Amino acid sequence: MNAEMTMPAYDVARVRADFPILATTVRGKRLAFLDTAASAQRPLAVIEAVDRYERSSHANVHRGVYELSQKATDAFEGARERVRRFLNAASIKEIVFTRGTTESINLVAQSWGRRLGPGDEVLITWMEHHANIVPWQMLCERTGAVLKVAPIDARGELDLDAFRALLSPRTKLAAFTQVSNALGTVLPIRAMIDAAHAVGAMTLLDGAQAVAHERVDVRALGCDFYVFSSHKLYGPTGLGVLWAREAVLRDMPPWQGGGDMILTVSFAKTTYNELPYRFEAGTPHISGAVGLAAAIDYLEALGIERVHAHEQALLARATRALRAVSGLRIIGEAKEKTGVISFTLEGIHPHDLGTILDDEGVAVRTGHHCAMPVMEFFDVPATARASFGCYTDDADIDQLLRALGRAREVFG
Amino acid sequence: MDLKDLYRDVILDHNKQPRNFGRLDPCDTSADGNNPLCGDRLTLTLRLEGDRLTDIRFEGKGCAISTASASLMTEAVKGKDQAAITRLRELVHQTLTAHGEATLPPAELGKLAALAGVRDYPARVKCASLCWHTLGAALEHHAQRHADHGPATVSTE
Repeated sequence: MNAEMTMPAYDVARVRADFPILATTVRGKRLAFLDTAASAQRPLAVIEAVDRYERSSHANVHRGVYELSQKATDAFEGARERVRRFLNAASIKEIVFTRGTTESINLVAQSWGRRLGPGDEVLITWMEHHANIVPWQMLCERTGAVLKVAPIDARGELDLDAFRALLSPRTKLAAFTQVSNALGTVLPIRAMIDAAHAVGAMTLLDGAQAVAHERVDVRALGCDFYVFSSHKLYGPTGLGVLWAREAVLRDMPPWQGGGDMILTVSFAKTTYNELPYRFEAGTPHISGAVGLAAAIDYLEALGIERVHAHEQALLARATRALRAVSGLRIIGEAKEKTGVISFTLEGIHPHDLGTILDDEGVAVRTGHHCAMPVMEFFDVPATARASFGCYTDDADIDQLLRALGRAREVFG
Repeated sequence: MDLKDLYRDVILDHNKQPRNFGRLDPCDTSADGNNPLCGDRLTLTLRLEGDRLTDIRFEGKGCAISTASASLMTEAVKGKDQAAITRLRELVHQTLTAHGEATLPPAELGKLAALAGVRDYPARVKCASLCWHTLGAALEHHAQRHADHGPATVSTE
């Protein structure tokens, strides 16, 4: 039987019913949540998985011999295995839990980065989130390495030729985002990874804005580090993942010291734990991992490809409608985008816009989106950004359009 | 809570046509203010005669609330002495942070009372208060410099 024929149409109303927060109101109005790129909402499945864990399975992990501790350990390690399958990683030894994308990048910068020295180079792009800029600046300050930045063009696309031209045998690492958080641009990561590897550089891929929208297979991608956050994937905040091949992680010195990351401790010598625990000092975010596993189950049951198609249809419709709004300028019009639309409205500062939209129940992010260089490039102090998820529907877009009309009324 | 209470006509007018916009050159003191969260930037230049602020201009980019607040502020403080300015700064601060209070802003505020609507939008209080903090910094800077060079620098320690 043809699988496509048995697959029912994507039912966004049913998806929305899975997210309790979408039934709430804001200032007496229906909530149009259009800030999923900042943090996605949680489905009931995640809320309940965390609740079940807290009620019946919590104890510290990797510690006690008693049953509850074993249950907690099983839940935590089960979540790690779930992440491994999600990324198609070779082994759970490659899955390091962190506090989020930001911490994953800092871990790589501070542990792997120790090998850099004067004359070495780190290459990033103009489109990076501050989390993929500042840790490398700090590393370069410490080691004498040099940070290089590949430019973008007026559409918000990477200048791939310039990226290639900036690569050289001095490049030790190319760190770049898979999807721009401020613009929605999907980067040509395949070509970028290949180009970096051709000069012998390692590659770090920031997947924070990508994992919830397309299937990620780290083995097929061939990058050296992959990082993402749970809360952009409909899971809890405070948890993230660093993936790297076992050989790469094995070659990295421990980062934070403490419990769980050691085998034996004496004042003469401490021996470190095996992978991945060597990079997980202290009690981890156990319930967060449980929630992340539930979020992955949820998203895969919906079908990432179908969610992607749904979001792309919304993107096309919203882009068309917004282009027709007088004085509205879309910032970032790359050919390939995720469901992110950054924009400005002539004569109305994005912050005023944010307040007026909020008054109409529309939640959008306004500001620099932790990507100040992008704002500088487009010569705007800030933008308003509408971003979509699996639960975004036509009514959300209509509400946004109505609210933009209201903004025009207020500002005359 | 009504949006019209935040974006009153006075605010919209001062946003569209900011008063005292620009830069005084030369000036007796100046200060930069910026609100990294929203990217608002502001530069104040001041002229003083003794204790009195004789002229003030502001320059920068910001939202309607921050632009109007700065514009209204320059009108309100021009010609006042430091004690009156300090009093005004305190009143504005109280008015902006009186979240959820139904009390009317004090009559002393005059046109600045138009800023009272901001108190119901806590995320926007920083926009309205940026210029007032910057003014405080500019005056403090001036007082310090004055103290450093004048006879009042004698240490009591």
